[in-house]
Amino acid sequence: MAMLEVKDIHKKFGKISVLKGIDFELNKGEVVSIIGSSGSGKTTLLRCLTYLETAEKGTVYVDGNCVFDAASEKHVSAQEARKRQLNFGLVFQSFNLFPQYTVLDNVCLAPKLLAKDRPDYKANKKAILEEIEENAKKLIERVGMTSRINMYPCQLSGGQQQRVAIARALALNPKILCFDEPTSALDPELTGEVLKVIRSLKDGDCTMVIVTHEMHFAHEVSDKIIFMDEGVIAEQGGPDILDNPKSERLTAFLNAFSQ
Amino acid sequence: MFGEVTLSLLKGFGITCEIFALTLLFALPLGLIISFGSMSKFKPLKWLCKVFVWCIRGTPLMLQMIVVYYGPGLVGQWAQGIEDPGVFITWFASWTVFDRFVAVLIAFVINYSCYFSEIYRGGIESIPVGQREAGQVLGMKKSQLFFKVTLLQVIKRILPPMSNEIITLVKDTSLARIIAVYEIIYAGERFIKAEGLIWPLFYTGAFYLIFCGILTLLFGYFEKKLDYFRG
Ligand SMILES: Nc1ncnc2c1ncn2[C@@H]1O[C@H](COP(=O)(O)OP(=O)(O)OP(=O)(O)O)[C@@H](O)[C@H]1O
Ligand SMILES: [Mg+2]
Repeated sequence: MAMLEVKDIHKKFGKISVLKGIDFELNKGEVVSIIGSSGSGKTTLLRCLTYLETAEKGTVYVDGNCVFDAASEKHVSAQEARKRQLNFGLVFQSFNLFPQYTVLDNVCLAPKLLAKDRPDYKANKKAILEEIEENAKKLIERVGMTSRINMYPCQLSGGQQQRVAIARALALNPKILCFDEPTSALDPELTGEVLKVIRSLKDGDCTMVIVTHEMHFAHEVSDKIIFMDEGVIAEQGGPDILDNPKSERLTAFLNAFSQ
Repeated sequence: MFGEVTLSLLKGFGITCEIFALTLLFALPLGLIISFGSMSKFKPLKWLCKVFVWCIRGTPLMLQMIVVYYGPGLVGQWAQGIEDPGVFITWFASWTVFDRFVAVLIAFVINYSCYFSEIYRGGIESIPVGQREAGQVLGMKKSQLFFKVTLLQVIKRILPPMSNEIITLVKDTSLARIIAVYEIIYAGERFIKAEGLIWPLFYTGAFYLIFCGILTLLFGYFEKKLDYFRG
């Protein structure tokens, strides 16, 4: 069964239709890259998946469970909505690390707050918090930031901040990790280190949705490419569609890109 | 003579400090509540708060103090003129004549909480939405977001305007003299009338200077403490 099923997502801002029926599926451990020109609705789609926007129409299933249904969305309690939200992690274009916390605390904060809801929290507080920190340290090592674990975001380069942001998203163990142009705010020489981390996650069986303008990277890392244009999926398929696009629009997009 | 003046001024200064401290104690949290009101998505509440802040910031503190102090008395007088005032008016007229000091406090707390609320609002609204969104996708509750993510960043941002406002408060306490509350200026002024001495009034300046100097150092210290992060 598909890990992620997105069906007929529609989203309007005022009178402007930004998403006009998005359907796709993704299997466990697969990586999909979403490409498309500016304003085609890529960010909006990710924001709908991660509950930062509410779609007017459509459904989202994760692992067979309905996590979003526009028709019944109003009846979902805030608590339930937060629980559903945790199926997804999101890495932002602009990192959005919490500036007042160290690298370690950025990664630990959300899991620690979440642990407070556990029934055994009071009894095992110390053990639980220690476990969270251990796990966070492992994740920080995985993104290669162990040597800077006690530094603050303002002391890090953009690429380093983005790697911490990835560790932070992983700390809640989301079923699906979304990236919104994770390297667009970075200098070219810092892009590589972030892409390397994302690549390593693929080997770790992470299911990922990546919005990106890095065509080579998309080609190499993706099991699937989605090309969006004006709020619809104009073409989707394996990475080879980047070499042999079928639709005119993707051809034009790729031509514009290679120039 | 110098000793006598100093003692008398110190007594007045005690009242000054009391007005200062109590105003802060009540106005700091009240301001936060008003700022939440003026950022509320519920339009009537939002506009109520905005109009209130406009009225308070748009009129002199001195006038507000006079209204708080003399206003209730006028209501009482008016109530006496009514044949059958009814329970509500009788009740209202019976408790609303404030002690001078209480009247000063009420006026100061209302006035300063409005100024503080605008500073808070500016601070909260200046935090990038990305911070809130990052917390949201990490499953944080609204209250956790506020206390664990936003608050310290807001404090860092509002520290300079707050220190400004609080130092203004130190000097504004002298307005209490208008309704004859015995603060330090009033104490100094008395020597003009009673002994023909003007220097005690000038001498009060030293008290203000020292007090504001200490506050400046204190705020400088806090700003330094929060220097460890940017944002
Ligand atoms: N909050 C909003 N209010 C109104 N319109 C919006 C809002 N967010 C996005 N839009 C509009 O939706 C359209 C799609 O925006 P979106 O950010 O999803 O594009 P994108 O594909 O991510 O583009 P880019 O590659 O530049 O990031 C744009 O025309 C944008 O103006
Ligand atoms: Mg975008």
